[in-house]
Amino acid sequence: METVPRTGRGPPPKKNKLQAKRKKPRRYWEEETAPAAAGASPGPPRKRKTNLALHRQRQKNSPNSKKSWLSKKSQFKKKSRELKKPGPQRSLSGAQDPFPGPAPVPVEVARKFCRIDKSKTLPHSLPKTRSKLEVAEAVEEEISAIAARSELLLAEEPGFLEGEDGEDTAKVRQADIVEAVDIASAAKHFDLNLRQFGPYRLNYSRTGRHLALGGRRGHVAALDWVTKKLMCEINVMEAVRDIQFLHSEALLAVAENRWLHIYDNQGIELHCVRRCDRVTRLEFLPFHFLLATASETGFLTYLDVSVGKIVAALNARAGRLRVMAQNPYNAVIHLGHSNGTVSLWSPSVQEPLAKILCHRGGLQAVAVDSTGTYMATSGLDHQLKVFDLRGTFQPLSARTLPQGAGHLAFSQRGLLAAGMGDVVNVWAGQGKASLPSLEQPYLTHRVAGPVHSLQFCPFEDVLGIGHSVGITSMLVPGAAEPNFDGLESNPYRSRKQRQEWEVKALLEKVPAELICLNPRALAEVDLISLEQQKKERIERLGFDPEAKAPFQPKPKQKGRSSTASLVRRKKKVQGQEHRDKVRQSLEEQQQQQQQQKQKAKPTGTQLSALDRFVR
Amino acid sequence: MKVKMLSRNPDNYVRETKLDLQRVPRNYDPTLHPFEVPREYVRALNATKLERVFAKPFLASLDGHRDGVNCLAKHPKSLATVLSGACDGEVRIWNLTKRKCIRTIQAHEGFVRGICTRFCGTSFFTVGDDKTVKQWKMDGPGYGEEEEPLHTILGKTVYTGIDHHWKDPAFATCGQQVDIWDEQRTSPICSMTWGFDSINSVKFNPIETFLLGSCASDRNIVLYDMRQATPLKKVILDMRTNTICWNPMEAFIFTAANEDYNLYTFDMRALDTPVMVHMDHVSAVLDVDYCPTGKEFVSASFDKSIRIFPVDKSRSREVYHTRRMQHVICVCWTADSRYIMCGSDEMNIRLWKAHASEKLGVLASRERAAQDYNRKLKEKFQHYPQIRRIACHRHLPKSIYSQIQEQRVMREARRRKELNRRKHSKPGSVPVVSERKKHVLAVVK
Repeated sequence: METVPRTGRGPPPKKNKLQAKRKKPRRYWEEETAPAAAGASPGPPRKRKTNLALHRQRQKNSPNSKKSWLSKKSQFKKKSRELKKPGPQRSLSGAQDPFPGPAPVPVEVARKFCRIDKSKTLPHSLPKTRSKLEVAEAVEEEISAIAARSELLLAEEPGFLEGEDGEDTAKVRQADIVEAVDIASAAKHFDLNLRQFGPYRLNYSRTGRHLALGGRRGHVAALDWVTKKLMCEINVMEAVRDIQFLHSEALLAVAENRWLHIYDNQGIELHCVRRCDRVTRLEFLPFHFLLATASETGFLTYLDVSVGKIVAALNARAGRLRVMAQNPYNAVIHLGHSNGTVSLWSPSVQEPLAKILCHRGGLQAVAVDSTGTYMATSGLDHQLKVFDLRGTFQPLSARTLPQGAGHLAFSQRGLLAAGMGDVVNVWAGQGKASLPSLEQPYLTHRVAGPVHSLQFCPFEDVLGIGHSVGITSMLVPGAAEPNFDGLESNPYRSRKQRQEWEVKALLEKVPAELICLNPRALAEVDLISLEQQKKERIERLGFDPEAKAPFQPKPKQKGRSSTASLVRRKKKVQGQEHRDKVRQSLEEQQQQQQQQKQKAKPTGTQLSALDRFVR
Repeated sequence: MKVKMLSRNPDNYVRETKLDLQRVPRNYDPTLHPFEVPREYVRALNATKLERVFAKPFLASLDGHRDGVNCLAKHPKSLATVLSGACDGEVRIWNLTKRKCIRTIQAHEGFVRGICTRFCGTSFFTVGDDKTVKQWKMDGPGYGEEEEPLHTILGKTVYTGIDHHWKDPAFATCGQQVDIWDEQRTSPICSMTWGFDSINSVKFNPIETFLLGSCASDRNIVLYDMRQATPLKKVILDMRTNTICWNPMEAFIFTAANEDYNLYTFDMRALDTPVMVHMDHVSAVLDVDYCPTGKEFVSASFDKSIRIFPVDKSRSREVYHTRRMQHVICVCWTADSRYIMCGSDEMNIRLWKAHASEKLGVLASRERAAQDYNRKLKEKFQHYPQIRRIACHRHLPKSIYSQIQEQRVMREARRRKELNRRKHSKPGSVPVVSERKKHVLAVVK
């Protein structure tokens, strides 16, 4: 009738079980006769085993006992996936539910949606707050299961390229891919021969539908690259350093020789921002409506494009800035410097949030993947390194390239592209958003001239390459996220949808002050100011309202409640508390001493002659 | 070589004709929705701002009385009907949907002290300064008939309040003593008294219908059981209680409106400590009425404002005032829990929304979904300083504002003095007395 969780415990030996089933449950005083009745001359250890089995059996036979309820509950708490295990239940009519229990949820997918880190313990809090937190956690878990189930509705599958056994995918040429795929995909591979206006920078809009290109000698164009419809084409009669779409395809920021200019999709100049001069690189932070510009003068300037104000101008104090990338996970700007460091910047802080020494020589390119986990850097020392950005900033993998990579780009699914001279290499990892393995390239392609810019097209398996003789659109199967979210960035959106999205996006523009390394920090408990508040409150009230009341012994009956015994009990508890305190402080002291010792002795290095002067 | 490129069929993503709805595929992958927390925070901030923008609680003012409104009563069966009694002895019945007076009765000479409706809604009772209790039909007299009460009881002393039993044909009046009356008789079934002072108000418990509570001028609140015909127990407070109101959902909880500017929520079983002290008014609290959900109550005060308190919070969540509203004498929360009525000195009855920014009328399902989402966001981020600042800000008239400042200074001085006394006396000789225990003098059984 009832199924008991079998987790952890092995089932009792079958023979014992059968035995137990045949016999009535007995009381402990009846046990004396039991072994004799069982016969079969069991030794003492065996006897104990039988008793254990009996004990278990007794629990099983009483379905309403507290123990069984508890175990059921613990099972319920564990995972919804294990809930499916109990056998099919029969309804009144006798029909069986073929899929009993709640729907199964794959654990890996549910983990992706889980926002609460359960390994972190809850802060010490009042029972009321604690219960609230626990309820919130339970709701969160339920929601993540529902969200994971909704993955079933996703329509598209990601692309892939697999070689038959022994075949190297890096040797597959673009022409082969074009031949093998359908016409619509084949049309996505094209070359634009623009020899006249010299090396090109390119940028895809956030929906992946539009492409802007800017030639060094002043050629600026924007087009719907899927239908190949040209939106505008102008020559700004000035050197173009970089080009960037703003929040929608209607606005275009162009870093020209002198100042920053903003054009609309007709090619009409809307603004000339003279506060941003000699800009070399542009990055747009779409959720903050900030245009970050790095300049030759060494300033990193944040321009709020929704109101047209300069939010912050930070002096990087590292000379000419030429290498910049944004972290799409937390909107932190990564600047690469000529001394081999990468510094991370937020507009609310005047100093870099972090500085990472990456290379022996100067930095050539930086790229950050879409989950904010990995940063790829390449330097003048011909190294290509991938760093872990969460926590330690340690290099995960590195390799030397015959010719240093001048440009790097991450795709939505975590493919890494590097432009070296006129060769473009793409590395892939195992599965989505995993570390790209730098051993073997996934694809290679040689373009007509030296690469000048690289970007993966969002939501399309395409890598855009700007080089000295034009633009190449390269096919990279498996690069892009196949399923877009219609309310976030929809490549097929209509005019009306775009307008509505624009209003919503402007309404929920995130303030620039909220940019920090951990974007979830806002949802965490601010312990420091909490402690400060508590201290102030105690000072204000004159006493600690949350303090533990001193121990008051309870009066006992039958004459044991004499004053002396009360005092003795009180003393005992006080002594215990005192000893605990002393023990704790001693442990802390020991730990500190150990730490100091470790600091004093740097292990693994040889003693130098100067060490004698270290105090 | 096996190769597959991502290739979408536009037909699956674009609507076929202009009459169709736009297709919006969703993907809830967190990497496609970055900055989840900051964006929700901004949304919560916007929702809070919009809530304050749309906070327009005042709906209507019902004028017609020729003297201050002294008492209000809800109709038990009709949401649109409300009864009011004035200081000149006039009783008016109002229709709230039309916002018009539908009937006027000159009921008493002098004040109408109390008014209550019968549970069936066919008649109502009034007591006045002319020492009479009158029962009236709810419907007006027929053509050619005179406006006359169904019954009139002549008493010996002035009655100051009346309340009807929630199920039985019995009612209670108060004055010199608490009298329980049968509707059919002209003399009380029983009279109960404890002490000699005059009793201000009497209220039946809506759940345990035999229980009733009264408050008297000698600063006490007395609880009675109708079946025993004797008082149960009483609690003596610092100052006089003007009226009490029972929680309609929890039988043993009631709230008392006190002269010392506070309201006290008591648990009937443990009267020595109030469950909560509600402090925000800056003058005597004159009336209190519970929301039918039992989660909140509204209080009317002599400081020309009404406030809404959650039952479990000591501070009010809302304050309503207008320039023309004078001392508010009576207040009631309508039975659909969406509106609040208050009657004040300057002869008007005002109708307010219980939730200041609520949108009246039919909501589209998308609108309701958006409201639910915003409510959840506001709840989630309510403790963030930026949001709390906006959500808690209320404009107050200068008189109340300056009173608050003044009383804060006084309270601070008292607290500081106590702190200093404690510091300079023997430890333990000046104990810390919590705010709850401070105001209860004694409990007598």
